[in-house]
Amino acid sequence: MIRFILIQNRAGKTRLAKWYMQFDDDEKQKLIEEVHAVVTVRDAKHTNFVEFRNFKIIYRRYAGLYFCICVDVTDNNLAYLEGIHNFVEVYTVVDEMFLAGEIRETSQTKVLKQLLMLQSLE
Amino acid sequence: MSDVVEKTLTALPSLLSLDSHSGSTKLSSSSKLGNLIRGITELTSKHEEEKLIQRELASIKEQVSSPNTSMRQMKELMVRAIYCEMLGYEASFSYIHAIKLAQQGTALEKRVGYLAVSLFLNESHELLLLLVNTVLKDLQSTNLIEVCMALTVVSQMFPKDMIPAILPLVEEKLTHPKEIIRRKAVLALYKFYLIAPNQVQHIHNKFRKALCDKDPGVMTASLHIYLQMIQENPEGYKDLTASFVTILKQVVAGKLPMDFNYHSVPAPWLQIQLLRILAFLGKNDQSSSEIMYDILEESLRRAEINHNITYAILYECVKCIYTIHPKSELLEKAAKCIGNFVLSTKINLKYLGLKALTYVVQQDPKLALQHQVTIIECLDHPDLIIKRETLELLFRITNAQNVAVIVEKMLEFLRGNKDDYTTIDLVGKVAELAEKYAPNNEWFIETMSTVFSVGGDTMQPDIPNSFLKLLSEGFDSVEEDRKLKLFAVDSYVSLLQGEPGKLPQRFLQVISWVLGEYSYLRGELDAATVLRLLAKLLDTKSTSSETKSWVLMAMTKVCEGGVGVSVAQEVCETYSSSLDTALRQRAQELQHLSQDRDLRAKVLPREAGSEPLEVDSSLSFLDGFVSEALAAGAAPYKPHHQRQEELAQAKALSMEPYGLPISMSSCSIADRQSPTLLSVSSGLSGDSPSLSQKGGSTTPKLDGVKRVWGRQGYLVQTEPVEESDLVEVTGPLQSPNQQAGADGPPSQTPTLKPTPQPEQEKQQLASSLFVGLGSQSSLCLMGKPEATTQRFRRKAKGPVLSSSTGEQISNSSVSASSMANNLLCNDLLDSNITSETAAPSLEQTPQLSRDLPAANGACAVESTDRDVKENSASLIGDNRLVAADPAPRGDRGKLKDFSAHLPAEFSGLCHSDISPLASNQSLDVSACHVQKEDSLVLVVFMYNSSDDAIPHILLELRSDELEVSCEGDSPVEEARSRSVAVCQYSLTVKKPSVHVEVAGTVSYQLPVGTSQSVQFSYKLPLTSFIRPLTVSTEEYGTMWLDFSHDTKQKLTPICLGQEPLMDTLNVLKKKLKLHVVEIIGMEGIVACRVLRDQPCLMHCRLHAGALSVWLRSPVPDLPDCLMYHCQRALQEH
Repeated sequence: MIRFILIQNRAGKTRLAKWYMQFDDDEKQKLIEEVHAVVTVRDAKHTNFVEFRNFKIIYRRYAGLYFCICVDVTDNNLAYLEGIHNFVEVYTVVDEMFLAGEIRETSQTKVLKQLLMLQSLE
Repeated sequence: MSDVVEKTLTALPSLLSLDSHSGSTKLSSSSKLGNLIRGITELTSKHEEEKLIQRELASIKEQVSSPNTSMRQMKELMVRAIYCEMLGYEASFSYIHAIKLAQQGTALEKRVGYLAVSLFLNESHELLLLLVNTVLKDLQSTNLIEVCMALTVVSQMFPKDMIPAILPLVEEKLTHPKEIIRRKAVLALYKFYLIAPNQVQHIHNKFRKALCDKDPGVMTASLHIYLQMIQENPEGYKDLTASFVTILKQVVAGKLPMDFNYHSVPAPWLQIQLLRILAFLGKNDQSSSEIMYDILEESLRRAEINHNITYAILYECVKCIYTIHPKSELLEKAAKCIGNFVLSTKINLKYLGLKALTYVVQQDPKLALQHQVTIIECLDHPDLIIKRETLELLFRITNAQNVAVIVEKMLEFLRGNKDDYTTIDLVGKVAELAEKYAPNNEWFIETMSTVFSVGGDTMQPDIPNSFLKLLSEGFDSVEEDRKLKLFAVDSYVSLLQGEPGKLPQRFLQVISWVLGEYSYLRGELDAATVLRLLAKLLDTKSTSSETKSWVLMAMTKVCEGGVGVSVAQEVCETYSSSLDTALRQRAQELQHLSQDRDLRAKVLPREAGSEPLEVDSSLSFLDGFVSEALAAGAAPYKPHHQRQEELAQAKALSMEPYGLPISMSSCSIADRQSPTLLSVSSGLSGDSPSLSQKGGSTTPKLDGVKRVWGRQGYLVQTEPVEESDLVEVTGPLQSPNQQAGADGPPSQTPTLKPTPQPEQEKQQLASSLFVGLGSQSSLCLMGKPEATTQRFRRKAKGPVLSSSTGEQISNSSVSASSMANNLLCNDLLDSNITSETAAPSLEQTPQLSRDLPAANGACAVESTDRDVKENSASLIGDNRLVAADPAPRGDRGKLKDFSAHLPAEFSGLCHSDISPLASNQSLDVSACHVQKEDSLVLVVFMYNSSDDAIPHILLELRSDELEVSCEGDSPVEEARSRSVAVCQYSLTVKKPSVHVEVAGTVSYQLPVGTSQSVQFSYKLPLTSFIRPLTVSTEEYGTMWLDFSHDTKQKLTPICLGQEPLMDTLNVLKKKLKLHVVEIIGMEGIVACRVLRDQPCLMHCRLHAGALSVWLRSPVPDLPDCLMYHCQRALQEH
């Protein structure tokens, strides 16, 4: 199960944070910093996985941004790695794709259709 | 689309692109969020950012509270507030406005409102309650979008307590024509299941419907719920195995719409989900596994495209194949697949390959052998995560031959590691390996030293504890034992001579303890030297006060000779006025004991640690003190939580007691006395099948009590099985030499030495990591270590039970008579022995029985029926005080069969064996108890063995804990020659106790004229009075709240199959006749009563492998007694 999704830039500034577990605000900031510390030191030749507390982080770097997903240790690393690759920007999309801490929708066209429906409201 | 969402949407591409400047130009200049983001990106320091955001927040705050702000503007403000929150700045003033926006806005504003709420709040936030109505309204809306939004927010967060309010609406949505709604509804239910599983228990059949939904998306969503439920209870869903297999078959064959394809792989995430479910279902289940073999093979075959997602499927597939019931062809293919992973040049795949290897190496160690080269390469891989995984793999293939190399590698990694979580984990593993496979003493001590220095104060406390325990209990060979201790002393002395200030506190504590206990073994080492070294520690600034306590304690043990005492006195002067009470106490102890050599030898005898301690955790030895205090008007004890509750109600001054100054070390003095006092007390004989039950009645309070405190403090219960064994077999079962070791000077000890370990195995040092992996026979896998290779095998805790009874008895009597004089009390406690010296005469007895409870809570004077039957006639002419328990005995050749005399009305009822209680020349008294629905009847049989009739027999019964009333005829009976008189008494519990006892006197007059009397006592466990109490869950709920007396404890559940809770409750139900009211998930509620009117309720919860049991009753002491019996019942099982 996904515990949180974080998108950070190289400087550790958060670009997107979505939590599927309860944390208080201080804890969130601490996690953000820790994830940054763990992920940014890693070489491009390293694996895309890091153990993190009792979980693991699966991350992917796109240009200057790190997309990090924190999941349970028993989860399938590659599946989530591809999950990151598969997902498109913005919270709306995140919500369409991930719900209640699980991948919900993987069809990009469907996500788009849903987005279009939202757009049609205008 | 609204400009706000547009802004958020446009913001991201700009962030995605590397160049922030070119990105920011894309933002519309009018957008306030755009401006904010741009402003922040341009700043260089954290401080400036803070200032900017504070300004921004102030302006947002002002605007949101202005009544003129339109919903549209509000939406825009929310987006900016979200952004600030995300950056870690608090914008709590906007929460309520977010809720308002969700309540009142139009669809899109609502959307932003919901979004803001889901990002701002968490499940337990109180403001969330305000959202419930909005959600309710939106769920009922005809607008699809609104329903969607409501479902989205519900599956993200919803207050647990409010689930029932919206559950019917969400359920209704399961039949909604739109698949997207059905899908979201299923996921909302999944969320409910996660946070409150019992709330959705009744709709399991609807989940099945969702699984069969015509839309694959809805079906996929339902799999999340199934994965969760099957993981918790695979047995309950075996019938679905074929369905899941069919679904997977269809998916793999590409029957799903193209929409579900990802890189031309059909629904890969769905496949992975299904494979995980199948793994749970097929685990330890051959027939279910057989259904899956085909599709697993198919999956392996189909996944051929070189893409990450196919590897993800393959990985899951391999894991599944190794989890379910094995099939050799499949295993072969899976092994090949793992090989491909390991050999892959892609680092991610290599990592997963190692992970898979770690997973399968227990079943197939040869696989690791095949990949030796890669594994060795990975050990030096620059990526720490790969290194770490490799060590994990090596950990699993460790055996006696390669342990040194592997441990060295692990320690090497540890020295460079900075992450606490990894350190804690690895340190534990090293300690485990070291204890299990240590090739020699030096290596062991050195390795543990490294563990303690590297592990520092973060490591699990059970590592130093079990290390000290191992040192103190030693292992089979006495000589080896001595060497190990000596080496530890030497190496610690040299450590202290170095720079002890750098060592972690835990390590210093271990060092102090070892030096305190064993430094005398090194004869040439002057006590004063050790004392000075220890005193140096006290002066070090970095030493914590807990460590100082340990050091002072160690000094107390060591101080000897003129110089030593003077060093000690110096230290005392400094610390006897310390502000730390624990330290001051230690200093006082040191002061007094260093001056009084005799007292010290008594309080802190050397080598006392080699005997296992038993601790009476119910503190029954304090009973006398407590009752005195109560009589003097002290307030009765209330459990902590009850006090807290009352405090909370009273809202008065804080009356909380000061924290107890008990540190790890502060119990040691008291514990020191325990071995002589307690360890001999729980004797049993191995001659009857009802061994443990009998032991229970012999020494009610002590036996069965887990060993919780050791000399080094609280012992973590790692090996409950061993612990219980230990409790069962100490005492008279020990061979005489062992017993002498416990009570006499150590010099008398050895006569029987266990065979030393095979020498060659000790010598053989591993030269390579993979030694011993080649052949199956020499393999040493985790969890099934070979006894022969294990060096530090714990000392056997007494002779094995199977050894012949006769021998044991003779052993025991030897030891018994040798100690008879000074240990008469203890002897009595476990005299299952025919030992005339110890058998009390009538004059001694009353005095003894008075003394005993004072010394040791509730111990009972007992002699076995064997004594009575075999010896009474010839040896003991006068009356004897004997007690017997109702347990059945094996050999009872001479016993008269009284069962024919059991009153007819009891014929259908369950009764205990008839046990002889007392006898003299003319009368044999026996008794049994019959369990009736509402009562317990004691039936006393009196057999007149003389040739003359005994006209008047007066039977008197009395008991502290029970109310005895005569049933039927008057207690005066007549017994004709060679016949039996029967009396019945009904017993009810007055005051609950673990075991209850009835004492009785039979007085009669022989025709010749002399008046005679026979005394006896009959003892039975409280369990005989327990009956099931049938209540409904609701009744249980109300009763629970009414009851005031309770107790809580963690017990070890029984694990037979998949459901430890169910198994455990079944055992309790069977053994204690409890009524299981309901089992909900990991919790169970159980009820019982003591005869008619004394209910006791039990709540158990399975958590992290332990069973937390909570007992409540209106009757004082009843919960504690019942807890004791639960614990015993589980241990005996």
